[in-house]
Amino acid sequence: MGKYFSKKFIIYLITFFVAVTINWIAPRLIPGDPVRTMLATYVGPAEGRAILEQELRITFGLEGSLIQQYLTFWGRLLRGDLGRSITMYPRRVIDIVRNNIIYDIVILFPAVTLSWIVGNKFGAMAGDNKKTDNIVMPFIYALISSPYFWFAIIVVYVFSFNLGWFPSAQAYGGGLSPGLNMTFIRSFLRHWFLPFFTLFLITLGQWAIGMRNMIIYEVKANYANYMRSSGAPDKLVREYAFRNGILPQVTGFAIQLGQVVAGAILVQEVFNYPGLGRLMLEAVQRQDFFLLQGSFLALILMVLLANFLVDIIYMFIDPRIKASYTEEG
Amino acid sequence: MANTESILNTNQKVSTRLKRLFIKFKKNENLYFIVTNPRIIFGITLFLAVCLFALLGPAFTDYAIDDWAGIGAPAAVAAPSIDNPFGLTILGYDVYTRTVYGLRATIMVGFIGSILASTIGIIIGLVAGFKGGMIDEFLMGLTNVFLTFPQLAILIVVAGFLPYRGIVHMAILVGLVIWPWTARAVRSQTLSLKNEEHVNLSRISSNSTIRILFEDIAANMFSYIFMVFIQQFLGTIMATVGLEFLGLGPTRGVSLGLVMRNALANGALYLGYWWWAILPGIFILFLLFSLYFINTGLDKIFNPELREM
Repeated sequence: MGKYFSKKFIIYLITFFVAVTINWIAPRLIPGDPVRTMLATYVGPAEGRAILEQELRITFGLEGSLIQQYLTFWGRLLRGDLGRSITMYPRRVIDIVRNNIIYDIVILFPAVTLSWIVGNKFGAMAGDNKKTDNIVMPFIYALISSPYFWFAIIVVYVFSFNLGWFPSAQAYGGGLSPGLNMTFIRSFLRHWFLPFFTLFLITLGQWAIGMRNMIIYEVKANYANYMRSSGAPDKLVREYAFRNGILPQVTGFAIQLGQVVAGAILVQEVFNYPGLGRLMLEAVQRQDFFLLQGSFLALILMVLLANFLVDIIYMFIDPRIKASYTEEG
Repeated sequence: MANTESILNTNQKVSTRLKRLFIKFKKNENLYFIVTNPRIIFGITLFLAVCLFALLGPAFTDYAIDDWAGIGAPAAVAAPSIDNPFGLTILGYDVYTRTVYGLRATIMVGFIGSILASTIGIIIGLVAGFKGGMIDEFLMGLTNVFLTFPQLAILIVVAGFLPYRGIVHMAILVGLVIWPWTARAVRSQTLSLKNEEHVNLSRISSNSTIRILFEDIAANMFSYIFMVFIQQFLGTIMATVGLEFLGLGPTRGVSLGLVMRNALANGALYLGYWWWAILPGIFILFLLFSLYFINTGLDKIFNPELREM
């Protein structure tokens, strides 16, 4: 138990460390004077520009050796200082990130949990029934073969432009301001549905395929043969197979998360829906490096946190880890 | 007389050789199954069709990439027709031409990138699985760290800072990010092969580690590695097209994702120009669909222990 957790924790720490280091190295890949490049896109009062230039010079390593710069970078970070946005000066990056991350969560969390449940159900059905397998699987394969954004484009085209059921862009109708009134909530939900639904569909396929293979494998396992020969009904055997198959599917969560985030970024781009991915892209286009670093870091933290949650859940459902916990006392 | 005899002899030799080959082929069940499995045949046919399209496609178009194909201002845009099978863009470019050239770029990136990713992944997986101990811990830790990262996010950050991106840059970039899955799969396969008798024999005969890895383990994993490569190719194409769509693909020329990005940016859906926004993506769908089919067919035959993942 302790060992299981400490190992995971070290991995997360290293991941975070590597992410920060990538963040620190990336702006240094730009040839020439990064500060000039950055300020080329600056819009705002002239005194702001001077302050910003100074701030940039301090951050971008005109202060001592590379190692010193690196340490300064960490120091600021640990104080929660992600700097200020260049294109939205003087707004703090951390505030902009905070405003955007909400949209990621409302799309990602329901889409991932639902797709996991439904995908596993489909996969289990396909795994123990040849007929279902032959009908469902080609669709699933077509689903996971379509590039995320392409699938999203088709969804927009069909449901927004042809059928007109849902809006095609933005998080809520123009002219509305976020608040707890019925008009806003209705508008928000209508805008939310398609991006959520698209993400739900594109993540569903992977779970279904994983579960199908697990079930096929488990049903042939020794314990299943033993159960059958001792007269257990097929339904019970399937239930046990499903239970055993679900464990790797939980571990698969961690591996899939990266894919899901990629899906979310692309879907948000197609739907013009706010979120960290969009923030990163805008930052890249406008060369707003602080914003890019901040949103990237927030994204990594979000993924790490999700991984951590999955680990805790896994601990509760995997008997082997439970057993080691009781042994260690 | 001697001549005819020798000819007969050679004929006999050839026929016995053919017979032997045939027997060998029959004996090699895997190969036999591969050639007779309808899924795999379908997959390979579709895959080759897409590749042929990418190779020969330019021959069927009268336009170069940036040729204006419009009929006349202001109505440059046009729906698919005999002359322009995929229609025209809002600026009057031929969508078919752009699709073919874009597909070529995308496949190139996917191919180079997946070779790189597979190489890294296979080496790391082999060494980690075979050596075990601290080396295994370290390599798998590294793999897990890379696996935890949202790949596309890293690609956005790094690509965003690169001022110039050619096809090779793109391939290296994607390849360097996408290998961890392979490493894990190859490692688990190595672990199951490691204690086979022929490997132990090789070890007793004090063969070098490298020789054992490549001759005794990797050689026996060939079919598995082939599948891993297909998986990797899928992942690389997905990532590449995604990046292109986000406007972070190759900085010069056309790519498949870029065609669709431009379509969306110009309101193609809103204006009802579905051929511009949707048709180019169909080829990616065909390509990946065919590869999935090949892989599930192979999976049935080799039944690798992917389940340990």
